[in-house]
Amino acid sequence: MMATSTVAKSVEEVIREHPSSREHLISILQDVQEIEGYLSRESIYRIAEYLHLPSSKIYGVATFYNQFKLTRPGKITIQVCRGTACHVKGSLNLLDSLKLMLGVEVGGTTKDGLFTLETVACLGGCSIAPVITANGKFFGRLDKKRLEELVGKFRAAGEVVE
Amino acid sequence: MSRVFIGMGTCGLATGAGQVKASVEKWAAGHNTAIDITPVGCIGYCQVEPIMDVVTETGHRVSFSNVTADMASFILDEVILRRNLKLDGLLGQFRNGTAPLAGVPFIDEHPYFRKQVKYVLRNCGIINPESLADYRAHGGFQGLERALSLAPSGVVDDVLASGLRGRGGGGFPTGKKWQLAAAEPGPVKYVICNADEGDPGAFMDRSILEGDPFSVLEGMIMAGYAIGASEGIIYCRAEYPLAIERLQKAIATLTAEKLLGAPLSAAGFTFSVRVKKGAGAFVCGEETALMASIEGRRGMPRPRPPYPAVAGLFQRPTIINNVETFANVPHILREGPARLAALGTEKSKGTKVFALTGKVRNTGLVEVVMGTTLREIVFDIGGGIPGGKKFKAVQIGGPAGGCIPESALDTKVDYDSLRSAGAMMGSGGLVVMDEDTCMVDVARYFLGFITSESCGKCIPCREGTQRLYEVLDAIVSPYSRMASEEDNLLRFNRVLNMESLAKVIKDTSLCGLGQGAPNPVLSTLRYFRPEYEAHIYDRKCPAKQCKGLLTYSIANDACTGCTLCARKCPTGAIVGEKKKAHYIVDEKCIRCGMCAEVCRFSAVKVS
Repeated sequence: MMATSTVAKSVEEVIREHPSSREHLISILQDVQEIEGYLSRESIYRIAEYLHLPSSKIYGVATFYNQFKLTRPGKITIQVCRGTACHVKGSLNLLDSLKLMLGVEVGGTTKDGLFTLETVACLGGCSIAPVITANGKFFGRLDKKRLEELVGKFRAAGEVVE
Repeated sequence: MSRVFIGMGTCGLATGAGQVKASVEKWAAGHNTAIDITPVGCIGYCQVEPIMDVVTETGHRVSFSNVTADMASFILDEVILRRNLKLDGLLGQFRNGTAPLAGVPFIDEHPYFRKQVKYVLRNCGIINPESLADYRAHGGFQGLERALSLAPSGVVDDVLASGLRGRGGGGFPTGKKWQLAAAEPGPVKYVICNADEGDPGAFMDRSILEGDPFSVLEGMIMAGYAIGASEGIIYCRAEYPLAIERLQKAIATLTAEKLLGAPLSAAGFTFSVRVKKGAGAFVCGEETALMASIEGRRGMPRPRPPYPAVAGLFQRPTIINNVETFANVPHILREGPARLAALGTEKSKGTKVFALTGKVRNTGLVEVVMGTTLREIVFDIGGGIPGGKKFKAVQIGGPAGGCIPESALDTKVDYDSLRSAGAMMGSGGLVVMDEDTCMVDVARYFLGFITSESCGKCIPCREGTQRLYEVLDAIVSPYSRMASEEDNLLRFNRVLNMESLAKVIKDTSLCGLGQGAPNPVLSTLRYFRPEYEAHIYDRKCPAKQCKGLLTYSIANDACTGCTLCARKCPTGAIVGEKKKAHYIVDEKCIRCGMCAEVCRFSAVKVS
């Protein structure tokens, strides 16, 4: 459909790496999101065209799975694990502090476009609970204080740092 | 050349194994010596990661715990240069068949490992997960060799004879499943490995995939041979990037070695495996939903029969087993089914891996023989509750499982005993809870999880769990939020009907997710009814966890009027003059606990 911008070109390449059958829909969505950071309306139309499916079907699948985002995320995505072990060790308090620190709700992005706050069902890092990830990097055994330090460091550096 | 092993699973990496490795490299460069660094998976004792093993001059492998970057170079100094092993963090030595080092305990006699039996996890944390040679040196692919020397039905017979049951939670006999699929007409059949370990609190599959990926692949090849399938698919959660990476490397290695994608037997049996990344939906752990997801659709379950063994993926005969189940199979074929059948109880054979987490001293992966009691796992292996707190319950089986109290701690872990105790094996998450955990909050937590993960296909699960969640939410919320008398009556009525609603959901839901959804409520009601009553009648949360039922106040005599809390309060709910006692305006208070945390005089009281 609208394959004009440079981003759309690489999306086009990624789509074409997969055979045109429904079986590959989720993989295509994952690869497109990897490039764009989210699924843009244009990409969804393009995928629908490529797979010969109505775009409503693509939308249906994209909204069913937690992984897919339909809005552009911030530069740093912080995921707070809400698994059982993390819950028992106080991840809800961490989440509340993060909401206050960043001034956003779950799913929201800060105005400066730096942070997006998300929750995730379980990261499998239960033995070092409570856990968060920042752009996929694990930080375990957190408390409020360490969390404040981490966010401060990220904010100062503008990226995820150790 | 000296040799060092570093635990570099997700748990190790998150606690600094990367820095430890860098430190070892730096040490080697500084001492002009070469050190062979082998990254290994997780040995299971995640609490004390990063773990580093050093091989001594005498060829003994000695393990150290809680290693930091600074400690790593110190350990190398002591072990390699000064031949001193008496260091902090020493876990013990591995048995290597030669005379042991004097004065160094064996690692398998360490309290954490003593009661464990490593059947499935035998290679995790020991071998380099990316090295086929290492896997072969530990008996890898001998099982496949033996399997290929048998007829396909012989492989099924061995698995049947071992008594292996599905480790994903259901406990269906694996051999039986294979037998059904083998009897279906071909030629196209599928083998699926369910690595969508969505249960919050469980991570054994992740550890196996990270620490011993070849064993899972070997198990899948055998399954393919046994049922006559040529294609395998591993459906792995996208939340496990390291596991996916290791699997893909392992598949590439096996393809290069012609163990995948090339004829393995004279009859031309060929098997190939690909990894399919999940997209974050808990319900996809259910087998029919998982297949829908592989087909590129929304992951919604469908009624069974037909079972996947008859009409599964793309309507072809399919077997779906979980990671741990497949990881058992190579050992069964190599050592013969009798070894597994000799372990465990009458109806539950072999071992089970549990992820021991929560309020317990030693967290990590624990592999025990079926029939071990929960008490042994929590207290002997787990080391009990830290901080002098009292044990309250252990949650087993994830969102479909239940909470087991002190009085039932002598329950044996096998499929049937757990079920009669109101819990289930599930995939094997064990979350320990102490007196500071509120059981109503736990039940509400699980229902909140289920309501957001319910796929929406069947009404009991979609609507029923939502209503059940609302009841629990009302129990832990303050009355003041309620609008009218009528609302209060309605609410009371719902509390009365909570148990029957739970039973309806259990009886009428389509898949395991819905059928198991009320279990956390039913099991906490069964064992912790007084706690519910305290919430409902006294409007109190004994564990002080339910924020809606707490009130924060400042003790006049203890408050010095330092204004710290007033400045920190996010909602400006604290008023008062400097150097005079402060006051919390209850209507404005959001119960964040900030004031209690910052107060230096313990003047903030919570009740």
